[in-house]
Amino acid sequence: MEKLQLLQGVAAPLPRANIDTDIITPAKYLLDSNRETMHEHTFEPLRFLADGRDNPDFVLNKPAYRNAVILITGRNFGCGSSRETAVWGLLGMGIRCVIAESFGDIFFNNCFQNSVLPIRLPGETIAKLLAEAGDDQGNTQFQVDVATRTLTTPSGRTITFDLTPDRQTALLEGLDEVGQTLKEDDATATFQIQDRAARPWIYELGSIV
Amino acid sequence: MNGPKTLFDKLWQAHVVRSLGDNLDLLHVDRHLIHDLSGARALTELQERGLAVRNPELCIATPDHSVSSQPGRTLASSPYGERLGGGLRKMAAAAGIPYFGLDHPNQGIVHVVGPETGFTLPGCLLVCGDSHTSTHGALGALAWGIGSSEVVHVLATQTVRQRRPQTMRISIDGDLGEGVEPKDVILHIIGHMGVAAGTGHAVEYAGSTIADMGIEGRMTVCNLSIEFGARMGMIAPDETTFAYLKERPLVPQNTPGDAAWDEAVTNWRGLRSDDDAVFDREVAIDAAEIAPQVTWGTSPGQTLAVTDTIPTPDSFVEAEQQNNTEAALDYMGLSAGRPIAGTRVDRVFIGSCTNSRITDLRRAAAIAQGRQVASHVTAWVVPGSVQVKLAAEAEGLDRIFLDAGFEWREPGCAQCVATNGETVAPGERCVSTSNRNFVGRQGPKARTHLAGPAMAVAAAIAGEITDVRNLAPLGETP
Repeated sequence: MEKLQLLQGVAAPLPRANIDTDIITPAKYLLDSNRETMHEHTFEPLRFLADGRDNPDFVLNKPAYRNAVILITGRNFGCGSSRETAVWGLLGMGIRCVIAESFGDIFFNNCFQNSVLPIRLPGETIAKLLAEAGDDQGNTQFQVDVATRTLTTPSGRTITFDLTPDRQTALLEGLDEVGQTLKEDDATATFQIQDRAARPWIYELGSIV
Repeated sequence: MNGPKTLFDKLWQAHVVRSLGDNLDLLHVDRHLIHDLSGARALTELQERGLAVRNPELCIATPDHSVSSQPGRTLASSPYGERLGGGLRKMAAAAGIPYFGLDHPNQGIVHVVGPETGFTLPGCLLVCGDSHTSTHGALGALAWGIGSSEVVHVLATQTVRQRRPQTMRISIDGDLGEGVEPKDVILHIIGHMGVAAGTGHAVEYAGSTIADMGIEGRMTVCNLSIEFGARMGMIAPDETTFAYLKERPLVPQNTPGDAAWDEAVTNWRGLRSDDDAVFDREVAIDAAEIAPQVTWGTSPGQTLAVTDTIPTPDSFVEAEQQNNTEAALDYMGLSAGRPIAGTRVDRVFIGSCTNSRITDLRRAAAIAQGRQVASHVTAWVVPGSVQVKLAAEAEGLDRIFLDAGFEWREPGCAQCVATNGETVAPGERCVSTSNRNFVGRQGPKARTHLAGPAMAVAAAIAGEITDVRNLAPLGETP
């Protein structure tokens, strides 16, 4: 996994609640499921007009925000379907950090599998951040420092965010969970031996003819 | 932790392989369901990394999302069926994972197949790369949906890393009114609590309404847990659960000299919240207040009683909710302040992991019997699995639906999710027994109204959204 240590760049304001993963990745694009091109369809219902042209009102279509690396958005972002393609799409658009009051649980988890940082902050803080990101018209830089767990806004405000130590380490060092857990395989083997004695039915399935 | 425990505490504790600190545990995965949308890809990724499937015998795979539901279908009948379903068949075979293909008597939607085969058991930890995995909690399983990276993780390690969620108990007490179905119960709860109220929580459903509910109704309730953000939904197993599971093919069986089923049941009887267990949040719902529901907006929380009027944006206090309402009404092509009943519909879809089991189809057929689908409505019934289809046909339900003008189709996710070529056309309005009315969920610009099977049939017959209680024969609420 790619490392994420220090992120500097434009933050795009998208003040809308309950943006579900069907909006981020419409279902038909799950079929091809191409990690590299997924971003071409990301936010399709918001991003494009009926005739396929860019919707000029959508924030990531505005010239000032096209290079955004941070998305500031409404509560319950990424709710709904478990599709990880939603994160791939954001990543492909250059977004490495999403800031919201709350997130769908599965989406939140999927972000960390792809070196994208989701940050939860209180509603009033989000409101100020949205205002600041909107007022500066994309001309100034936000900064996210994973090592110190701080977000610095263009006006110089510094906000500390929560990030558990294991996730912080994984982002800073680019650690992959599968590799980490494979080191625990002896513990899994021991668990299965003991558990099989207590709950044999879990391991000895009947058969389907 | 020697104090009183919740059902969730007991299930969680039984699966901790190792504590990784900071509220994070490595948990053993007892059961893993794999489907066509992410299965082949995950298995391919594993192969590319030179890793093996650690416990293929604890997985089953079946194609559901991408396959056609057309009668006589093959994998080639849908645009991606061959590639995704065929890919899954090939990769599952190579890994030694049991695969239920289109020609297999156990093919179906993963969340229908798991319980009906007895693959899902009380006390098991079950995951699947699909957010509606919470369905399996209806049997007393600890079950939730994971992302595709986690699918690879589970295949390689038979474990999942998970942070302990908070606990919530929703107690529903009292008798359900005439014409009120399990779907109405959970839609009412989501509307009452809001679409993010369950975020970060494991929810246990309890109370007399749940105790009196059949196992498939409980699956409908648990299925929609994710629609108010809950990570998991669960119900303590009881005699209803054991009666449902007994002698299903994959459950333990008593044999001479080995009382395997009896031993399992003895263990499962302990899977209930202790009387004085404490939850982080408790919610009480009065069953008498629940009316047949239908959603009006683009989020499952935007639901109302079929007797209500469509809300106006200014009926909400917060500006954000006002904007959401306005956007939803615009997308849905509805006028604020008008009754939802009487809204003309183009399509009706009965199916999905929410409402495609035999008891759902029986309730639907009871309303459809002797009636006709309105001439302007295209109505589908898509059984959740081959087993459901065969059981329905043995009871003659297919004839009832066909005689009434419904299409009787083959098992799969079908019109719930636009990944199999079966979409609702732009601007068309569909009453659907599925789980999501999101923007574009049933196809670009498709308008979805979620409802239970009985309400969906009523809409098909009337050609518009209508109160099923005006149609249902009195005294026949299965």
